[in-house]
Amino acid sequence: MAKSNIAIELINVDKHFGAVHANDKVNLSVQSGTIHGIVGENGAGKSTLMSILYGFYQADSGQIKVFDKDFRATSSRQSIEAGIGMVHQHFMLVDNFTVLENVILGSEGGAFITKSLANARIELTRLAKEYGLEVELDIAVEELSVGMQQRVEILKGLYKGAKVLILDEPTGVLTPQESDELFRIFEALKNQGVTIILITHKLREIMNITDHVSVMRAGKMVAHRETSKTNPEELAELMIGRKVLLNIKKSKAKSGKALLTAKNLKIHNEQGLKRVSGVSFEARSGEILGIAGVTGNGQGSLLKALTGILPLSQGSIEIMGETISPKHPFNPKQLRELGVAHVPEDRQKMGMIAEFSASETALLGYHNDKEINQGVWLKRSSVKANCESLMEAFDVRPNDPNLMSSNFSGGNQQKLILAREFERDPEVLIIGQPTRGVDIGAIEFIRKRIIEMRDAGKAIILISVELEEIMSLSDRIIVMCDGEITGMVDAKDANEATLGMMMANALQPQNEQQGVEL
Amino acid sequence: MSDFFLTAIMTLDASVRVCVPLIFAAMAGLFAERSGIVDIGLEGKLLMSAFVAASAASVFGSPWLGLIAGMFASVVLAMIHGFASITYKGNQIVSGVAINILASGLTMILTLAWFKRGGITPTLQGDERFLSITLPGVDIIDHIPILGVVYRELISGHNILVYLAFAIVPVVWWVVYRTRFGLRLRAVGENPKAVDTAGLSVEGLRYRALLIGGILCGIGGAYLSTAYNAQFTKEMTAGGGFIALAALIFGKWHPYKVLAACFLFAFLQALAIRLQGVIIPGIGEIPVQLIDAAPYILTIILLAGFIGKATPPKASAQPYIKEL
Repeated sequence: MAKSNIAIELINVDKHFGAVHANDKVNLSVQSGTIHGIVGENGAGKSTLMSILYGFYQADSGQIKVFDKDFRATSSRQSIEAGIGMVHQHFMLVDNFTVLENVILGSEGGAFITKSLANARIELTRLAKEYGLEVELDIAVEELSVGMQQRVEILKGLYKGAKVLILDEPTGVLTPQESDELFRIFEALKNQGVTIILITHKLREIMNITDHVSVMRAGKMVAHRETSKTNPEELAELMIGRKVLLNIKKSKAKSGKALLTAKNLKIHNEQGLKRVSGVSFEARSGEILGIAGVTGNGQGSLLKALTGILPLSQGSIEIMGETISPKHPFNPKQLRELGVAHVPEDRQKMGMIAEFSASETALLGYHNDKEINQGVWLKRSSVKANCESLMEAFDVRPNDPNLMSSNFSGGNQQKLILAREFERDPEVLIIGQPTRGVDIGAIEFIRKRIIEMRDAGKAIILISVELEEIMSLSDRIIVMCDGEITGMVDAKDANEATLGMMMANALQPQNEQQGVEL
Repeated sequence: MSDFFLTAIMTLDASVRVCVPLIFAAMAGLFAERSGIVDIGLEGKLLMSAFVAASAASVFGSPWLGLIAGMFASVVLAMIHGFASITYKGNQIVSGVAINILASGLTMILTLAWFKRGGITPTLQGDERFLSITLPGVDIIDHIPILGVVYRELISGHNILVYLAFAIVPVVWWVVYRTRFGLRLRAVGENPKAVDTAGLSVEGLRYRALLIGGILCGIGGAYLSTAYNAQFTKEMTAGGGFIALAALIFGKWHPYKVLAACFLFAFLQALAIRLQGVIIPGIGEIPVQLIDAAPYILTIILLAGFIGKATPPKASAQPYIKEL
């Protein structure tokens, strides 16, 4: 063959953001018509690298070739014209536009859209058939499920003539079944000659569907492998530069009495929409209760109600001998005083204040403690000492109480918040997404600490969208779908397939009896 | 009965005249806000344009030159707003308020500097201003009952800018919902990132939206001083820019609904003038101050509770900063 088979070639691509060296002389070559995985921890520079390829950022130096042609993009327009499409982690869709309008945006092909829309309709129907990407064209995107929105993003790329499709963490928001469906689409695309670059930190996906894999660590490309000639352990080691214990060992739970009993909860969210209906469960001491589900199925509202942020519309929660009911609500402060600790799902929005120093973040919620609050003024020395001891206990780096909270890495921010909540010796811990956006090293650390709390006899409720996390930490698992509990299993009996079916509420009725015993 | 009918027609006719600057300003605001830029500075642009248009019309003796000068002045202010809030990603409210203050002060100073009068420009004579147009066929239709009066009093007899105002609304609708520019405009106000990653310029689109807004506001201001009135007077916009902003929210950023809202607010103002000195049975004479305040009070009531949820474009008031 005269023409080389390389779709994308990056040579010594370098990119700084201020003092951060996001991409350090990165080399990569992607063969045409293959699925190429790029793995690395959060902050390893994967997304930056792909954003350079997509023209969203410009490289400081280095060379890029697309289908053997020199390529330098100053905006995404050139990348699109060169045949590169990208599906971002957070979808780039206009929510109140129809699917059709979203697809033509930027590639209308004429000043008046009536004709553009008609042409696009024909083309999209063809693409949908060819790749098995059926989606309703005249529905507003905001009314579609995330899985469907992702299809729209893929269609957008194909409609614009993408021959190389970059997908950034595409399965983060999908159920296992939706992910399988996505991988089936990948195969169809590959068979039609489309090159796919898959950015992910999930090694299982890499092993299952990619042909080649490249590993990034701290801005550098550290290894290239043929997928068939590597294994998850090797990749994990390459990613973090040392061996890790991904499956954390834990002893059998010694469950004690119920510390928190929820009965028939009904919860409306801030907008007044019913998010949780008829949910009952109990959390026992010495046990981790995992709550699984696809994002947005009521777990968030449940967590807020358990921590006093949202009121109950119906039902009751018994905690440590007190009863919370619609007529007798508790606010977050009262709950904290009862011994309920809360690690919020979104640490940026609820766990900390980005502009506050670490020492201030470290006392949020506990600012009325006697040793800190002296009437009018805070006692600065106690504030600092409090933060220093938390940083010490949870190995927060850098060890500087005066540094602004937003200047810590995601993992260190999370460790600081966990330290704040764990070190007060609470009885009940309500933990949301403890390792979201946290690097592998910190994940290991955080999970060990959660298990330590369990072994110390605390009742722990863990809400996570990462099935792997739920399965490796929990002793019992309940699954939520559309505001209801659709399944409950012992962790030792759980596997991804059944949990996935429960998450989609697709289990056969005879299996639902497990839920009845609640 | 006939008397009441004529009064009603005359009030509607006055509403039409009051409505015009509101329409221009609200359509200007529609473009800006649909692109994600909050335009508090509508009032200032109206005022500046009214002053510059009246000055130019007086100096050059032509309302058309006045109109062009007014549009130019308004566009300059719009570009200042763009420079501060798009290029330099400043706070859009602050920038808009600054433009209002600037226009208010500058018009006062310039009347003194140029015409040696505080806050007014020379009165425009004859065809130095836009004059009423009598539409063809008034004589023919006149003898038909009701329709004749409606045609003669309400539809005919306005100046060219009044017709332009009402004609521009369907054009705005068509641009926003049927053109490529409109699609991109709506997209950039909802999710600028989607626009950026589609390879389009967020800044370019927003500047174009403000440019169109500047032109429209310019026409509205020129109408006030060279068509509705025959000179510029101090603060003659009297909050019209803010009423337009309210109409924009009331009409949920949709051209036809915004037009309806503009007309409602104009009707309230016209009614207030008509009701002065009228004795209402059982209540007596309504104080002039209360009548004057009525449109504003009603605006607050309507905006507070009667329009349901008005959701502005999602990216409204947020400067676009490129990051993942």
